[in-house]
Amino acid sequence: MSSRVETAGAWGEEVTSSPSVPSRRRPRVEAVAPYLLLAPSVFFLSVFVVWPAIQAIHLAFEGPNNTLTSYNFYQMTHEYTFWPSVKNTLIFMVSIIPLEFCLAFSMALIINTGLRGQQFFLYVWTIPLAISDLAAGIVWLSIYTQNGYFNSILHDLGLSQYGYQFLSYQNTFSLFAVCVVAEIWRSTSLVMLILLGGLQGIPREFGEAADVFGATFWQRLWRITLPLLKPSIRVALILRTIFAIQVFAVILALVGSNLPVLGAQAYNWYHSYQNPNIAAAYSIVILVLSVLTTAFYLTVVRNKAEIAGATR
Amino acid sequence: MTKLWLSRVAIVIGVVALLLASIPRDATPAGADTAVTIYSTQFTPVDEATTFRNVILANSPASVSFVPAADSSTYFTQVESQVKSNKVQFNVLAGLQSDFEPLAADGMLQDLTPLMNKLKKRGFPQSFINLSKLGSKNKHYFIPWITATYVLGVNRRALPYLPKGAKVNKLTYDQLVAWGQNIKKKTGRAMIGFPVAGLIHRFMQGYLYPSYTKGVVRTFKSKSAVKAWQMMKKLWAVTNPQSTSYSFMQDPLLSGEVWIAWDHVARLINAASQDANDMVLVPAPRGPRGLGYMVVLGGLAIPKGAANKAAAEKVIDYLTQNTQEINILKRLAFFPATRAPIPATLDTGTWTESLAVKAQQNAKGSIPALVPVGLGAQNAAFNKVYLDTWNRILIQNQPIQSVLNDEGSIMAGLVQQAGAKCWYPDKPSKGPCPVG
Repeated sequence: MSSRVETAGAWGEEVTSSPSVPSRRRPRVEAVAPYLLLAPSVFFLSVFVVWPAIQAIHLAFEGPNNTLTSYNFYQMTHEYTFWPSVKNTLIFMVSIIPLEFCLAFSMALIINTGLRGQQFFLYVWTIPLAISDLAAGIVWLSIYTQNGYFNSILHDLGLSQYGYQFLSYQNTFSLFAVCVVAEIWRSTSLVMLILLGGLQGIPREFGEAADVFGATFWQRLWRITLPLLKPSIRVALILRTIFAIQVFAVILALVGSNLPVLGAQAYNWYHSYQNPNIAAAYSIVILVLSVLTTAFYLTVVRNKAEIAGATR
Repeated sequence: MTKLWLSRVAIVIGVVALLLASIPRDATPAGADTAVTIYSTQFTPVDEATTFRNVILANSPASVSFVPAADSSTYFTQVESQVKSNKVQFNVLAGLQSDFEPLAADGMLQDLTPLMNKLKKRGFPQSFINLSKLGSKNKHYFIPWITATYVLGVNRRALPYLPKGAKVNKLTYDQLVAWGQNIKKKTGRAMIGFPVAGLIHRFMQGYLYPSYTKGVVRTFKSKSAVKAWQMMKKLWAVTNPQSTSYSFMQDPLLSGEVWIAWDHVARLINAASQDANDMVLVPAPRGPRGLGYMVVLGGLAIPKGAANKAAAEKVIDYLTQNTQEINILKRLAFFPATRAPIPATLDTGTWTESLAVKAQQNAKGSIPALVPVGLGAQNAAFNKVYLDTWNRILIQNQPIQSVLNDEGSIMAGLVQQAGAKCWYPDKPSKGPCPVG
């Protein structure tokens, strides 16, 4: 994109030499065009993202009678569910991302091999992306609840008389496991699509050259595919981590308040306890965590050229 | 190239502009000046709202649109902003007494005393007429309309395990505990259920506390409250642990996950109707001080500055007629707040429900508790005190008295801030209700 704009001469000599266009008008149009094209998205982002974000920050620090205060944060951190929800959100993030990444990478590799029926796999695997979080949570609830589908199968196989209580508050491990399975089902395909896009951008010549030199599958994967895939991996990791920090609807539908997480707490404070200030304070915590993890990925997952560029 | 491209952009912009221009600016339907809009905190789930529009409003004297509110706080904010900006679009407000209370306190409801006098022949119970004054001396701010309460839903399969000497429609909390223990001993399963993700705060405010302490605020951390929580710990040990994710008890009752469940009648009625052979509804248990139960009263009001008052009053008149009251009972499981005769042709579920409700109201030593009064914006925070108390004592196993002391001081702050006087069954207070 940028190279095309430049050769078309946004600032340039080439245009002034063009005989058919008056020499003064065209550069001005072309200089303005990028801004015009950006304007709708800038407008959209300002109205729907930047302005609400500013309002949320204001809400988080708002005290009675429009004063500024940090009391909302004090109240939030002294709430008996705050630290458990921070811990749960982080454990959730750490347990879901490696699993989902390995799964999505394998799926993307399978589709990229050009197997027969790859289109079929692609479509089937992306179906969960079209389903809303809440609906997915409810579907999984009907599977895991005490008299749900999963327990019916166990009962029919004679493995359990009355069904296991996967969703009991007493069983933290199974609560976690159930949520992790549901989230992996719901969003692995997002990571897969980003990785697949990256895989398809890797020129075939590299693979062919490696074949000529007798590289094994693992060598090719380690030395060619993964390094060239770094930009896509980074995008996928950033997006997925941010979504994991915000996780909300699936957890709310499946386990309710048995497993407090930051997103669900923000919702509860806003909706059930009708306190938008503390809800906003929670959203600030989510924002800070998202910024920190994004910064982490941007510094850790880089390829050699970027590292060289950064140190130059 | 660029020119062509720019002209394409221009065409797209032109088409979008034309489309936008073709959207009608004024979406008000024809005849809007005679239409009545009802804004409601009740019947908000989609299927209930549909039934309300298609069945209850079928023969209404004006063209009525029914607008369900997202929740009580949105309801208050919407009405408040309309009345304050003098652009009132709602003609009739439908809600619980607790929804009207902050509105009346801010002077946003019309005095409906003349209409009340006209409709007195409906036979509203005197207690409901008193509640409609919302703290004023002789003005009535809403017309009583519907009422509901909470009872126990019981699967007949649980009956053989009743402890000796216990009668299912005259249970005590101790007998309920023994019943649950019996079931657990003989079947290995915890079969009692509570809607911990639903209306559980009403259980504490209207049932547990009144039955054990004959109070809600004044007795919050009292010795008798500690006894109530000691009983609750035993009951919780034989309660299905999935209760923490239940919001409507009819579903786990129907699926057989629990056999005995406490909930709002409207959240039990499907179980009683769909499985009428197996399911019975019975009064809530009683404690040492009596049978505490909560009366939920819904009514109809008119906001200040509303247009079309005559049509609004006609709609209120229509909705409190026997036919509509009975249809609401049959289809939406709320009872008439009038003396509408309950027919013998009700389906079995509704019938057992009405028997349970009557038995509860008429039980000896019954203590009717009110939905919290006078808390206004602090309502949700007040409920949270009870929810946190439940979680800390029963789920996190924290010591009872220290939790009650902690949460009691939070409650005292809220009641003070709202300036809420004591409400029944607490003894009246002059200033904000003291937490004791």
